[in-house]
Amino acid sequence: MIPEIGQFALGLALVLALALAGFGLLGAQRAEARLMALAPPLALGMLLAVLASFLCLVASFVENDTTVSTVVANSHSLKPLLYKISGTWGNHEGSMLLWVLILALCAGAVAGFGRNLPSALQARVLAVLGLVALGFLAFILATSNPFRRVWPPAPDGLGLNPVLQDPGLAFHPPLLYLGYVGFAVTFAFAVAALLEGRVDAAWGRWVRPWALAAWSFLTLGIGLGSWWAYYELGWGGYWFWDPVENASLLPWLAGCALLHSAIVVEKREALKTWTVFLALLAFALSLLGTFLVRSGVLNSVHAFASDPGRGVFILALLMFYVGGGFALFAWRAQAMTPMGVFAAVSREGALVLNNLLLCSVAAVVLVGTLYPLFADLVLGQKISVGAPFFNTATLPLAAPLIGAMALGPLLAWKRARVFPALQKLWWVALGALLAFLLCLLLAGARIGPALGFAAATWLIWGATADIAERIALFSRPRTAWARAKGLPRAAWGGALGHAGLGVTILGLAGMGLAEDKLALLKPGESAVLGGYEYRLESIADAQGANFSARRAVVQVLRNGQPVVRMEPEKRSFPLARMTTSEAAIHSTPLRDLYVVLGDEREGAVVLRIHNNPLAPWIWLGAGIMALGGGLSLSDRRTRVAAPAPKAQGVRA
Amino acid sequence: MTRKRKRLYVLLLCALGLGGATALTLTAFQDNLVFFRSPSDITREAPPPERAFRLGGLVEQGSLQRTSVEGRPLVRFTVTDGAAKVPVAFGGVLPDLFREGQGVVTLGKLGRDGVFQASEVLARHDETYMPPEVADALKRSGHWNPAQGPAPAAAEWNTLNPARPGSGG
Repeated sequence: MIPEIGQFALGLALVLALALAGFGLLGAQRAEARLMALAPPLALGMLLAVLASFLCLVASFVENDTTVSTVVANSHSLKPLLYKISGTWGNHEGSMLLWVLILALCAGAVAGFGRNLPSALQARVLAVLGLVALGFLAFILATSNPFRRVWPPAPDGLGLNPVLQDPGLAFHPPLLYLGYVGFAVTFAFAVAALLEGRVDAAWGRWVRPWALAAWSFLTLGIGLGSWWAYYELGWGGYWFWDPVENASLLPWLAGCALLHSAIVVEKREALKTWTVFLALLAFALSLLGTFLVRSGVLNSVHAFASDPGRGVFILALLMFYVGGGFALFAWRAQAMTPMGVFAAVSREGALVLNNLLLCSVAAVVLVGTLYPLFADLVLGQKISVGAPFFNTATLPLAAPLIGAMALGPLLAWKRARVFPALQKLWWVALGALLAFLLCLLLAGARIGPALGFAAATWLIWGATADIAERIALFSRPRTAWARAKGLPRAAWGGALGHAGLGVTILGLAGMGLAEDKLALLKPGESAVLGGYEYRLESIADAQGANFSARRAVVQVLRNGQPVVRMEPEKRSFPLARMTTSEAAIHSTPLRDLYVVLGDEREGAVVLRIHNNPLAPWIWLGAGIMALGGGLSLSDRRTRVAAPAPKAQGVRA
Repeated sequence: MTRKRKRLYVLLLCALGLGGATALTLTAFQDNLVFFRSPSDITREAPPPERAFRLGGLVEQGSLQRTSVEGRPLVRFTVTDGAAKVPVAFGGVLPDLFREGQGVVTLGKLGRDGVFQASEVLARHDETYMPPEVADALKRSGHWNPAQGPAPAAAEWNTLNPARPGSGG
C-alpha cells in the first residue's frame, strides 16, 4: 500500500509541476495577478507531494518491503537502521528522488520566504523551478521508478554495497545535491531575469544568498566525499581527479565565480550579463555532473550506478535546460544595461580577474574530464587523463588566483591603487617567504610543498590582514574591538572563506610531503617510517554485525615510547561477496598515521604504512570555507533580502 | 578611461586567460595523456620504455605469485587478452577485488626485460564488472563477438584458444 501512495504522490507532483510551470510563465507574461498568485501554493503543493513520495520510499526501506525492487536490490533486513535510511538514496532511483525533493524544497523556500519579491519575478522563478522538476519527475517515472513492485517477493534484500555502508557517505549525497540543486535556483533567477530583460541590485541580493548556500553545501559535500575516499578506499589519497570528482568540482568552480560576481551586481550594478551567464553555467555544470555520474559514460572508479537508457534521457534534459537557457541568453542578454563603471584596478577589477581565472580552471578541468570520451567516440582511441595532467594544467592558473585573493579584498570599489594595498600586505608576504624557506630547510629541496606552504600562509595571513585593516587594528587599536563587533558578518564570512582555502592548501602541501612504505611483517617484527616504529603484535579473526574480518594489531612507538595501538582490518561481507579494507588512521593536528592491511603469506602479513603530514587540515579547511559561507549567509543584509529595488547601490 | 578602452582591456584579459588555459592544456596533454594498450597491442608494437601507459586485460588463472624482494613484498601476475600475454610486477597492496581470471587495468611502464612494472592496479568495486577497455580488447582479439551474446565468464578466458589470432586492429 505504501509504495502505491508514493507512486501516486510522484504522479501528483508531476501534474503540479506542469501546472506551476504553465501558470507561472503565462501569468507573468500576461501580467495576470490571479495566475501569478497561483505559483506559490502550487510550489508548496509540489513540495508536499514529493515529500510524501520520498517518505513512502524511506518507509519501504525501513520496514524492508521486499516487494519493492529497489529495496530488494539495495537493502537487507539485518542492516543497521541508519544504513536502511541512507540506503534510500544510496542507489540510483532513490538518489534521483532525493534530487527532486531538494529541488522542491528550494522551490518551497522561494515560495515561502519570497513574499517581498516582485510578484512577476517570483512567479517566473517558481515556474522555471517547476519546469526543471517536471523534467526530472518525468525521468524518474519513465526510467527509474523507485516504487516498481516485484512478484513473488524475494525472501530478503541483496544488501547495500558494503563500501557505501558508512556514516560519512550517508550524508555525502544529500549535501552534494543541496549544492547542485541550489544552483537550479540561481539558474531560475537568471532565466527569469532574461525573460524580464532586467537585472538590478535587488536581483543580485536574491541570487547571492542562494549561490552562497549552494556553494557552501557543495564545499561540504566535496570535502566529505574526499574524506570518505581517504579513509574508506584505503589508497591513502584524498583526490584522484576522477571524472565523478571533477563533476562535482566543476559546478563548485563556476559557483565560486558566481558568488563573487553577484557581489558586484549587488553593490555596483555592473557585470550583470556576466553574472547571468555564470548562473546558467553553474547549473549547466551541475546537470553535466548528474549526467556523467548517472549515465556511466565515463570510466570511473566511483561509478556505482550506470545505465545507457537513463543516460540518453538525462542528456536530453541537459540539452533542453542548458540549450534553452543559453539560447535565451543569446537572445536577451543585450537588454541588460550595465550601470556601474569601474577602473581596471579596483575591487570590481579584482573580482573580474577572479572570475576569469576560476573559469579558466573550470575549462581546463572540463576538457580533461571530457577529452577521453571525445577521443573514444571520435578518434577511436582509449585514453585516460590522470592526475599529472590536471596538476600541470591547473596549478599555473591557481597560482595567480591565490596571489590575487589576499590583495582583492584590500582594494577599494570603483578605483583603487595597487601599491598602497601591497604596502598593507608586506608582513603577509614576509610570512609567506619565511614559510617557503622554512619548508625548504626542514623538508629538503621540495619546491612544490614549499610553494604550497607559502600560498597557505599568504591566504591565512592575508585574511587576517583584511580583517585587521577593516577594524583599523594597527592605526586605532583602542576602538578596534568596537569596530570588530560592528563589522558585518559578510566581511567575517569572506575572510573566513579565504582563510579556509588557505587551511586546505596547508593540508595539501603537507600531503605533498607524505611518504609510504610496504612492509612484510611477522608478529613481533617491526618497520620504521618517518621516525615512528610500527610493530605487528598479532593477526587474528574478528566478527562484525554482517561481516567477518581479519584484524591486525599494530603497536606504534616513537623513541621506544608507545604512541597508539592501531587495528587495520580486512572485512569480508558474505552477503555481497565482497571484501573491503578498513584502514586504521590515527589523526593528530600534525600528521595522520595510516595503516592498511594487505594480504598474508607464510605467516607474515603485508602492511602498507603511510605518514601523512597535516592531512586532517584538508577537510578542516573545507569545513571552515563552508562556515565562512554560512556566516556570510547569516548577515542581516542578506536575510532582509531586497526590501526595495532603489534603497541600495552605493552602500559598500 | 573610456568605456571602449575598458571593454578592450577586458577582452584582452579574457583572451589572455583563455589562451593561457589552452596553451597549458595542450602542453599538459602532450606529456600526460595515458594510452590504453592490450597485451596484443604490445606484442605488435612495443611502446617506448620510458612512457607510462595503461595495460588492461584479464589476470591469467594460476599466474599470481606473491613473493618478496629484499624484505619488500612483490606481486607477479600475467595479464592476457587471449591472444597475447604480458608479465606484470607490482610492489604494492592489491585492491580487494583483484582476482585471478578477472578484468584488471594497471598503470605503469614496460621494462627492458619485457616485464610491465605497474605503479597502480585498479580493480572495480564490483566483481562482475568488466572494464570497458578490457571488453574492447577482448573483442578485438577475436574472443568475443557481442552479437553472440554476453562475454563468457571471465575465469575461462585464458583457457580459450585464440580463435582468430592477430585479427585485431
